[in-house]
Amino acid sequence: RKPLSPVSAAMDAASSLMGGPSSADAPTDGEHRMGTTIVGVCYAGGVVLAADSRTSTGMYVANRASDKISQLTDNVYVCRSGSAADTQVISDYVRYFLHQHTIQLGQPATVKVASNLVRLLAYQNKSMLQAGMIVGGWDKYEGGQIYSVPLGGTILRQPFAIGGSGSSYLYGLMDHEWKEGMTQEEAEKFVVKVVSLAIARDGASGGVVRTVTINEEGVKRSFHPGDKLPLWHEEMEPQNSLLDILAAGSSDAMVQ
Amino acid sequence: MSSIGTGYDLSVTTFSPDGRVFQVEYAGKAVDNSGTIVGIKCKDGIVLGVEKLITSKMILAGSNRRLHSVHRNSGLAVAGLAADGRQVVSRAKSEAANYEKVYGEPMPVKELADRVASYVHLCTLYWWLRPFGCGVILGGYDRDGPQLYMIEPSGLSYKYFGAALGKGRQAAKT
Repeated sequence: RKPLSPVSAAMDAASSLMGGPSSADAPTDGEHRMGTTIVGVCYAGGVVLAADSRTSTGMYVANRASDKISQLTDNVYVCRSGSAADTQVISDYVRYFLHQHTIQLGQPATVKVASNLVRLLAYQNKSMLQAGMIVGGWDKYEGGQIYSVPLGGTILRQPFAIGGSGSSYLYGLMDHEWKEGMTQEEAEKFVVKVVSLAIARDGASGGVVRTVTINEEGVKRSFHPGDKLPLWHEEMEPQNSLLDILAAGSSDAMVQ
Repeated sequence: MSSIGTGYDLSVTTFSPDGRVFQVEYAGKAVDNSGTIVGIKCKDGIVLGVEKLITSKMILAGSNRRLHSVHRNSGLAVAGLAADGRQVVSRAKSEAANYEKVYGEPMPVKELADRVASYVHLCTLYWWLRPFGCGVILGGYDRDGPQLYMIEPSGLSYKYFGAALGKGRQAAKT
């Protein structure tokens, strides 16, 4: 049997379905995928982007603290979901084009232009790519904006957007809880809550919650460690060992 | 003030001893001797005007266009050789359309002026091309308001409040 090592898992180029039906043992040699939950919301004055941090290769978590929010320009960031390699390459190309564009224009690129470049790459190469991205940022003409660029290469401007496998659990919640014109603090708390809810239910999402807030003043990156996230219905409190349960006093070890 | 090139004016890739490229200057003469065009930048827009040249009474009205629209938000007035002008306009149109296709927003006027100027200048760099015998005044309205640019056959491009080219430019400028 092949020795399991993170290096060999990472180097293996064979692709497998995202967290899909596993043959025999848990597959650990798949293409790097970001199961993911990604979220982008507009608030009064800017946008907040948030993502989980789990990168999986099959059943193995290749990186439990990855950064899925990448910078395109000073004022535009993108949340990446789907194939890790595909989204990295798209981000790299768009960063390169935007850099040249900014120089020629003599001023920061607009969020719309950044999103359009992402979707041109996504649409024109749709047969080869698996990338769902959410582009968010601030510019002086339109303020904070969120653009969704899902799998086929559509581009859609929305007041909020969700993506990745964990987003399935968030549609009803967002429909119910979303409100226009939140403050920065409200928006940041909201996205952390929302991503942690998805992490609780989606096996392909986990780790920490990273957020990026972009407004007129600039960009602020934030980090919410996994053990500080709120726990939801039926989740257990983290415990150190079985001995703690026993020490708690019940003589029957099967009763907590 | 005209001076004789005498040998240094045979090719656009030859400098004279006093640092002039005569072919480009002669192209400018073609513009100077043509019908006048004028452009003015106003608070809320641009006004472009061209002198109507009637070369023959047999020509149908409206077929001697020297004022062209480039895109939804920009237009070009041409002085000098009309046929050369059509090429410049055609290039401007395709640049503007292509920009919008790639970047998803209307082309800023400054960018368009840059591209047109680069294209005109390009034709002064190679011996197998000749410079454009036309100057253009480009007016446009983008996110940063109305802007006016003038591009000369040398490829020089500046932003203006008011600009004029052609025979009557001195009179227009006073």
